[in-house]
Amino acid sequence: MFEPVLTNHVREPNAFTLDFYLKNARGYEGLRKALTLKPNDIIEQVKASGLRGRGGAGFPTGLKWQFVLKDTPKPKYIACNADESEPGTFKDHVLMERNPHLLIEGCAIGCYAIGAKVAYIYIRGEFLHVQQTLERAVAEAYRAGHLGKNIYGTGFDCDVFIHRGAGAYEAGEETALIESLEGKRAQPRLKPPFPAVEGLYQCPTAVNNVETLCNVPLIVLNGPEWFAQQGPEKNGGPKLFCVSGHVKRPGVYEASMNTTLRELVFGDQYSQGMKDGRKFKAIIPGGSSVPILLEKDLDTPASFDHIQKAGSLLGSAGLIIMDDTVCMVWLAMNLLHFYRHESCGKCTPCREGADWLYKLLMRVERGEGRLKDIDLLFGVASNIVGKTLCAFGDAAATPVLTTLNHFRDEFEAHIREGRCTLPAPWRAQQSVMAGAH
Amino acid sequence: MSFHPRIEYATFHRSERKLAELGEEFSYTPERQAKFDELVTHYPPEQRKSAILYALFLVQQQQGYVSGASMRFVAQQIRCTPAEVEDVVSYYTMFYTKPVGKYVLNVCRTLSCALLGAERVTEELSAKLGIRPGETTPDGMFTLTEVECLGACDRAPVLMINDDGWHERLAPEQAGKFVDDLRSQGYAALTGCHLDVEKK
Repeated sequence: MFEPVLTNHVREPNAFTLDFYLKNARGYEGLRKALTLKPNDIIEQVKASGLRGRGGAGFPTGLKWQFVLKDTPKPKYIACNADESEPGTFKDHVLMERNPHLLIEGCAIGCYAIGAKVAYIYIRGEFLHVQQTLERAVAEAYRAGHLGKNIYGTGFDCDVFIHRGAGAYEAGEETALIESLEGKRAQPRLKPPFPAVEGLYQCPTAVNNVETLCNVPLIVLNGPEWFAQQGPEKNGGPKLFCVSGHVKRPGVYEASMNTTLRELVFGDQYSQGMKDGRKFKAIIPGGSSVPILLEKDLDTPASFDHIQKAGSLLGSAGLIIMDDTVCMVWLAMNLLHFYRHESCGKCTPCREGADWLYKLLMRVERGEGRLKDIDLLFGVASNIVGKTLCAFGDAAATPVLTTLNHFRDEFEAHIREGRCTLPAPWRAQQSVMAGAH
Repeated sequence: MSFHPRIEYATFHRSERKLAELGEEFSYTPERQAKFDELVTHYPPEQRKSAILYALFLVQQQQGYVSGASMRFVAQQIRCTPAEVEDVVSYYTMFYTKPVGKYVLNVCRTLSCALLGAERVTEELSAKLGIRPGETTPDGMFTLTEVECLGACDRAPVLMINDDGWHERLAPEQAGKFVDDLRSQGYAALTGCHLDVEKK
């Protein structure tokens, strides 16, 4: 039976305070225990647990920490990626707002493990209310001696600072996040060198997602075996799933990765099925950047490996559910508006391609498309994939490729009938607005 | 940011506007100067540039937008060139280079919110206020803009008001009343964001 451990207290009053955390969640015991171990033992434990990065790529966290250059006179850093901007993702929002001390403890253990003294939490600028909670928690932790100089008399120093972003989706990419931390435009760097060798201020840096770091104190406290047991092989541990869209009860749900997509969408303890009794049409299982899955794929367990086998990616676990009122050309257009706006502009295929795709989709959606536009869409999208510095390019092409793959008939119907064949009442009503969206 | 010409009624691209006039001489109030001096210490001494976003947020808090003169001021504080400051200001969407209304209504327009009627919310707000997205009402009270995913998709449709107020689950039919409430009650009209367990 799965017991939630990351979000079990989030709905209780004052869950974000230090007192509550110490009393109800074995607060900072993980850090105390970690400081009695050797840094390398912690990395070994995290490796043994099989913890995979929760930000989207699913890269093993232990390995990432091991790659951080050890014998260098330069300082090392942890950069916590709290720039949660992937459409459909809001798990770190809840964690930071309601369980901030868990993240702070995770940052401190991470610093100890890789030999860093400073962790920067890069939080997106829009989350000012979350940042205020986090700042209060950091101040509490300093006062109580869980952060600062010579923690618990062990001689270990650790500072946690919060860095506010200013509205850039691209800052969620690890090298772009580092650029932004350095006070520049959030644009990705050429890799290698990877951040583990040359990251923030050209020093070795580990960039970890909020949820990843939140899992670390639990692994130290309960052991790697406990963690690995929860969920399928190589996909252990608790996972937060963000369910949004046309469901009865959207929200953040903590579950093991054995849970199937169908349970998450229709299960009573999760989203309780489709809103207004409508018919399920499609699901985006991992934030807007991943391919769409259909009804037939719903029995796939929501783990990194299973979803990949089904032809999509778990990504940041942002599940967006769509009912049968959703026009797939409109969907691709909505997402391409996002990518067109958020492209950082460094690589030409992504900057120009996303805009081109958006204009083509707008033409088809308005009913002014030609049949050859479908091939053109496919051609432009295919020429973005794999030709950019970061994964943004692939992400921008995905909505087009996946809708063409599964719903080509809808594109053809738009062109044949010269209008949107599935206008929904919840979409813009005035034609001038509808055209631009 | 976006590199492409604005399409009618599309998202408001702050970046494409010409840089503001220099404007009046700018300097921080003593409290903001103290706050900035404290924030700079979070970074290694030779990396003052890291504090640039905070420096610009402090400017925006003080005068509502980032003028040319204030960019020069920030450049002095950070010890970099004004061009480097402008480079940053023009990239990030949360900085305004022209004055905006008292309440900036940022309507999330990305998929999860759009599925639950965000486009209709923008339409209703636009009709109520008599302005199009990207514009400010003549009385200087409201600026309406569309923004990309705000990261609160379970509470769709979501609005961010300025950068510190949130309103959740705004049905299109309530949009008109919401504007009236905001005008009369200010931030008290907002629902706030997410599990505000303590307030309920």
